[in-house]
Amino acid sequence: MTKKITIEPVTRVEGHGKVTIKLDKDKNVAQTRLHIVEFRGFERFVQGRPYWEAPVLVQRLCGICPVSHHLAAAKALDVIVGAGTGDGLTPTGEKMRRLMHYGQIFQSHALHFFHLASPDFLLGYDADPAIRNVVGVALNYPELATQGVMMRKYGQEIISHTAGKKIHGTGAIPGGINKNLTTEERDLLLKGDDPLNADKMIEWAQGAVDFFKDYYLKNRDFIDNFAYFPSNHFSIVRKDGAMDLYHGVMRAVDAEGNKVLNDVDYQEYYKYIEEEVRDWSYMKFPYIKELGKDKGWYRVGPLARLNCCDFIPTPKAQKEFEAFRAHTNGKPNNYCLHTHWARLIELLHAGEMIKELLQDPDLLKDDLVVKGQKTNEGVGLIEAPRGTLFHHYKINEDDQITMANLIVSTTNNNEPMNRSVNFVAKKMMSGQEVITEPMKNAVEIAIRAYDPCLSCATHALGKMPLDIQLVGADGKEIDHYRS
Amino acid sequence: MSDTIKFTIDGKECTGKKGQLLVDVAAENGVYIPVLCHWKGVKPAGSCRICTVKVNNRYVTACTLPIDENCGDIENNTPELQDIRKAIVEMLFVEGNHFCPACEKSGDCDLQGLGYKYQMMVPRFPYAFERRELDAKSPKIFLEKNRCIFCKRCIRMIKDEKGRSYFAFKGRGKTLEISMDEKLAANISDELAQEAMDICPVGAILKKEVGFVNPIGKRKYDNEPIGSDIEKSQQ
Repeated sequence: MTKKITIEPVTRVEGHGKVTIKLDKDKNVAQTRLHIVEFRGFERFVQGRPYWEAPVLVQRLCGICPVSHHLAAAKALDVIVGAGTGDGLTPTGEKMRRLMHYGQIFQSHALHFFHLASPDFLLGYDADPAIRNVVGVALNYPELATQGVMMRKYGQEIISHTAGKKIHGTGAIPGGINKNLTTEERDLLLKGDDPLNADKMIEWAQGAVDFFKDYYLKNRDFIDNFAYFPSNHFSIVRKDGAMDLYHGVMRAVDAEGNKVLNDVDYQEYYKYIEEEVRDWSYMKFPYIKELGKDKGWYRVGPLARLNCCDFIPTPKAQKEFEAFRAHTNGKPNNYCLHTHWARLIELLHAGEMIKELLQDPDLLKDDLVVKGQKTNEGVGLIEAPRGTLFHHYKINEDDQITMANLIVSTTNNNEPMNRSVNFVAKKMMSGQEVITEPMKNAVEIAIRAYDPCLSCATHALGKMPLDIQLVGADGKEIDHYRS
Repeated sequence: MSDTIKFTIDGKECTGKKGQLLVDVAAENGVYIPVLCHWKGVKPAGSCRICTVKVNNRYVTACTLPIDENCGDIENNTPELQDIRKAIVEMLFVEGNHFCPACEKSGDCDLQGLGYKYQMMVPRFPYAFERRELDAKSPKIFLEKNRCIFCKRCIRMIKDEKGRSYFAFKGRGKTLEISMDEKLAANISDELAQEAMDICPVGAILKKEVGFVNPIGKRKYDNEPIGSDIEKSQQ
């Protein structure tokens, strides 16, 4: 007789999902699946809408990283209004968008690590769930919790001054941006009262990286052995190979670091990427066409980005990047929980980029929008906090959207998340007489490492919880975990 | 005999010329009476009823009432009238399909401004969810029929040099909808398209390709509620 474990909801992730784990008669894990159970249909209901509405409309997919959708849509529409592919904007237009985006990366990474993931590290994955949360972190590590909250606040302030408000702003418009920074705004963000200024944020971000490295040294077995499997890694990089979270070319490397997608223009992403539909999930499974379904799946996000880029163009983050790459002898890093390490290096990079941008006088200039020869199709890619985000639109001669395709970060990570769940479930649950809460939380930790936004991935209404279900050999549910 | 009329609105002394429309006189005296269909200088329509006031204990629309010596003490900002206006705003919201979060008129929209002013939370009426087609054929204007509140401003004000309206109503009752003359709209100027968008109290008439160009913080009602300009003018 087999059993089926359901973990539902999975907590501290964005969106609503469910994990089912089937056990065979010997109580070994026979099959695992991460299901995304919501559906919203943004791709359908933007059809018919005026194209300039897309950046504002589609960002409503999410309240955590709306800026990523806002900017990816705007980048696609830049192509449609003839403003070029990412680098055709005015300096003010492009730099204001970059500032908005790095503010978004900064706040989202801080939120993810401190609010969602750190309870597992600071309080223990097997701690009482009642205290294993951000409130528990605040009570036991008030200084660290305060830093996390204030870093998120700083990122949100950046967004507010570039997009108009902290959540669901309107800053990016086809061909550019609708506002610049005033000197007062620039000074406030650059040199505001402690702690809300660029230098303090960089100091704290460096502290967060140091904290993780220290934790890693003391808990190396747990971090390294939690979940490990080789995979391809995918991200956009700058044309010279530098990390660039706003714009670049598509690159993918395999588990050994060989380029399997060699810096190609994303306007024709569909020549390289295909999506597979499986009947048990609303979330598709993208893969690199040339490698096929079985071998072409890939990871995106902080870990993949650090594996794909050749260097990071800011000094402090570059130093951390070198240490990170040295850890795996320059080869891609395939340790699931090292994603948090990579995330914090990106947090530091975002802090440095914000300071660099704020010192640029172009942000204060008035030349905001550029337009050229209109076309009827455009693709926008951006590195969202959780990974590469694709927006693809077609319009008709009346300026109405006729087709939208959105491949969000979590969708790109669908296969690796499923593999991580499988890895952890087998390791923690196979052969066990009793399935305990910490075992189930370990499965959640694996999902959480990807910082998934499940509501985004299915374009679903954003409610967070996710369930885990344990199913027996006869198909009957024997346990249902709803944390 | 002088044609200057003296009367009060909610106890405030006001003066105006006999025959002037109450809503305009009120504004000149620093009293805000909300409007959606009215536009100063244009023949009144009295279609939205949001300017309903009480004159001599009778409900009348301020945009169609010429003042005279019988006006007496007019009620405007009373709890009863506020609730009537709130109900009208709610009806307009449920009758159309208004999704403020993605509407480019958000922050500049009079209907939204009144929703905030009267603290509308959840409409007391059921949503109609009318299905209305969009008209995007004009090269300059995107007509979002879902948001039309039938104020007739565009029909009365947006005309070509021969006096022909670019806009008209089509259908009756439940099927009534705003429509655009396809031939005329094909050649509408940029200036007139912009004017059509500006006089539309909601987001029904959109000039193409300029959406969201006003940043948050610089839109009409971002910093002060609707009507503040009138109320401040006499302070």
